[in-house]
Amino acid sequence: MLVMIIRRLVQSIVVMLTVGLIAFAMFRYVGDPISQMVGQDTPIQVREQMRQELGLNDPVVVQFARFVGNTVRGNFGISFRIGRPVSELIIERLPATLELSLLAALFALVAGIPMGIYTGLRPDSWLSKVFLTISLVGVSLPTFFIGILLILVFGVLLGWLPTFGRGDVVHLGVWTTGLLTASGLKSLIMPAFTLGLFQLTLTMRLVRSEILEVMRTDFIKFARARGLTPRAINFGHALKNTLVPVITITGLQLGGIIAFAIITETVFQWPGMGLLFVQAVQFADIPIMSTYLVLIAFFFVVINLIVDVLYFVVDPRLRAESSPHGH
Amino acid sequence: MQRIREIAHQVFDSDIWYSFTSSKVTMLAAVVTIMFIVSAVLAPLIAPQNPFNPGDLNLMDAFTPPVWYHAGMVHYVLGTDDQGRDIFSTILFGSRISLLVGVGAMLMAMVIGVALGLLSGYAGGALDNFIMRVADVTLSFPALLVAMLIDGVVRGIFPNVTQDQSAIYVLIFSIGVSSWPPFARTVRGSTMVERNKEYVQAARIIGRSPAAIMGQHVLPNVMGPVLVIGTIGLAISILTEASLSFLGVGMPPTTPSLGTLIRIGNDFLFSGEWWIVVFPGAALAILILAVNLLGDWLRDALNPKLR
Amino acid sequence: MTVTPTPNTHTAPDDSRTPLLSVRGLEVQFPTRRRTLTAIQDVNFDVMPGEILGVVGESGAGKSMTGNAIIGLLEPPGRIARGEVRFLGQDLTQLDQAGLRKIRGRDIGAIFQDPLTSLNPLYRIGDMLVETLLTHLDISRGEAERRAIGILTEVGIPAAHERFRHYPHQFSGGMRQRVVIALALCTEPRLVLADEPTTALDVSVQAQIINLLKRLCRERGTAVILVTHDMGVIAETADRVAVMYAGRIVEIGPVREVVKNPRHPYTVGLMAAIPHIGGTTTQLAQIEGSMPRLDAIPSGCAFNPRCQRRFARCTEAVPALLSVAPGHETACYLYSDEAEGVRP
Repeated sequence: MLVMIIRRLVQSIVVMLTVGLIAFAMFRYVGDPISQMVGQDTPIQVREQMRQELGLNDPVVVQFARFVGNTVRGNFGISFRIGRPVSELIIERLPATLELSLLAALFALVAGIPMGIYTGLRPDSWLSKVFLTISLVGVSLPTFFIGILLILVFGVLLGWLPTFGRGDVVHLGVWTTGLLTASGLKSLIMPAFTLGLFQLTLTMRLVRSEILEVMRTDFIKFARARGLTPRAINFGHALKNTLVPVITITGLQLGGIIAFAIITETVFQWPGMGLLFVQAVQFADIPIMSTYLVLIAFFFVVINLIVDVLYFVVDPRLRAESSPHGH
Repeated sequence: MQRIREIAHQVFDSDIWYSFTSSKVTMLAAVVTIMFIVSAVLAPLIAPQNPFNPGDLNLMDAFTPPVWYHAGMVHYVLGTDDQGRDIFSTILFGSRISLLVGVGAMLMAMVIGVALGLLSGYAGGALDNFIMRVADVTLSFPALLVAMLIDGVVRGIFPNVTQDQSAIYVLIFSIGVSSWPPFARTVRGSTMVERNKEYVQAARIIGRSPAAIMGQHVLPNVMGPVLVIGTIGLAISILTEASLSFLGVGMPPTTPSLGTLIRIGNDFLFSGEWWIVVFPGAALAILILAVNLLGDWLRDALNPKLR
Repeated sequence: MTVTPTPNTHTAPDDSRTPLLSVRGLEVQFPTRRRTLTAIQDVNFDVMPGEILGVVGESGAGKSMTGNAIIGLLEPPGRIARGEVRFLGQDLTQLDQAGLRKIRGRDIGAIFQDPLTSLNPLYRIGDMLVETLLTHLDISRGEAERRAIGILTEVGIPAAHERFRHYPHQFSGGMRQRVVIALALCTEPRLVLADEPTTALDVSVQAQIINLLKRLCRERGTAVILVTHDMGVIAETADRVAVMYAGRIVEIGPVREVVKNPRHPYTVGLMAAIPHIGGTTTQLAQIEGSMPRLDAIPSGCAFNPRCQRRFARCTEAVPALLSVAPGHETACYLYSDEAEGVRP
């Protein structure tokens, strides 16, 4: 098991370095960093001097190493557009995004898995058909359109929920949370639902198709042949085997949620990292863009690692140190 | 003529056609999709107005509500926006762009993915490993993110080029480039299966080139799954493009896609002119839904296990 | 020599005992998109307590389907169209799933072909045994564990109390099938359906497993329906054998009798096709052609296109089972009145 973890760690580092390379390339070669930072009238000598001071004339490898060093230490450069260090901006906006994402993910799992199980075990009931229709709609309706509709209905027409922003937030050290205030909670409802709906749909479909697959296996047939109760078969044998692939895909989806938060944050004007990223793209604010890239890659890598470890814990076949004995 | 009749018989007699006609929902989806495609292609001819020709517009008619309101007008069936553009016409032209980008991106992804898949499956070894690793990494990043990054980078590299005109190419490129892995994976799998079969080995001994072998034997077997992935991928591409346009990094307002229209219309949501955003949104949703249904049906119809 | 057709007489030598299982007129249909296919029809046979009945035939002949139908595990859309399956006084075709569940695993055990896929990889084998026992028997968990270890030892798993905690992947193929046998026999059923139990195993292990099964069943007086395409296994193991072709039984009788004197041309072909070591064969005998698909069954006797000895009557109607010797029947017009003047 240790071997596997080490191998995954090495792979992760390779991925991070590759991503870092891309981020560095963006930083260094897209546009001219100097032009971004100074006015148009600055004479060429001054620019050259700045280039020298900032180490932009050093060999590429050196620059890359410096870039990696900076990144690891949390120095992500300064935003072209806003003029503040990117790390500050990130810390400000990260809690908003994380709270939203985690809530959405929770919603997707808590609702999606049972729905998927139900539609897998009772595929012909009318409730299953209702769920499947919802899933189809969830996959087809663009996230932002759902958000807009929700705002229209619950915000504009009914006036029940706030239509933008986070509401009042409580500062807990570095973190800011909206979970402790009424307006904060109310502001979370629509965005979390919007963000989570797509994931819920995917989760439900995945669980359903896994259950359908499992029910066709030989060991389920054998379990039936042994006269086991439906509960033992459905929730013992079938479910256990379904969990394994569900864990993997859910883990991967978590990464997707963090990325899709971009859209939701835009619709609801949620002050998170996603909104920051959108504005960065609109203005070609490279430091923010490349930092976002590195951060997302980091999240993905960490999530993948956790998923791998979980896989290991759940599936005894992977744990086998001993080889089969006897014949 | 005889040959055509034979083919027609084969098609209409096949299991696939049977499963198609027995599902009303699928037929409806197909009809809707075809309607969209046709109206998109014929948009300049059938739209009551060309909303992007300023000469056609009448500012006095701005903010007209849909025809069933008493302030509505018959030739603005779904109302007008802030510039007096007929919403129905904007939807027609917008669908055109949405479909164009979606199909374009899918085709690009298909070409890249199938080619890489064939290469990867046939060559094997280190090359196969490398390509699959790249595919894995590409897959783990949502297309949205990759597309946005590419867009931002292009913006940074060419700050002076008018983005409006190049937007459509950048979009097709960025979405296409982030969507190739599913094609590559499937094609690679089939290629590896076929590669080990005897008739391929025989062909190699005879001296046929790998390209010919792959083209003649592997490709036909793979077309089915590729088609399924293409259809479902089309839905995702349209969705991605709409999202990008909504975020402001997609199609510009001068040549808007449905996503752009939604973004523009969103500004008027709070002042009560809901039709400017809801109708384009509904059109988009219906289009994606129809394509998804088709893709789902195609996948079930071509799945040998379910036959 | 002509023989007049007599009513069903496929009971084993000792007529005074009542059959454990009695199948009459069993027919299984598969509604597909365009039409309804009949997978097996007109299947009649008895199984006496403690006897081993072999069911042999090519792939697709319907032997597995028959077994599945009997225990009520047909995969939808397959369904039993008609017929009855009498077991311990009940007609299994009339029971609902709840009723069948009580019988399955308790009075009828089942062993399937692939031990690797038959065992849930995430369950310890001890847990699987205990859950089966606790489902059907009113005993304590401790007692169930004791019995589980006991039967594991009986099927030849060494260090059973240790292996009890192991997962299926920690066993080799042959060991896994022993575990499967243990699972099928742990509740002391009256009848065991063994569907190709050795096909997925190494040749060297096949004989061991078959002998184990035979021994355990003889000891307990458990009857066995042994489904296989391997005539050699049948010859060594079964008491009686039923030969199936295209969904029907074409010959049935005591094993020694059928092997030595096969009557149906298909059975004759099967016997001839078994290679003999030490013989002077230069070419492997084979039966020309192949078994027809379910949607393309010839009219009359399904075997007639491949039969060297067919005549006019064979294409007209399906032959019924006729008695050719005590307890030995075959469905072939050659043994009926209508063959008068045809056979040399």
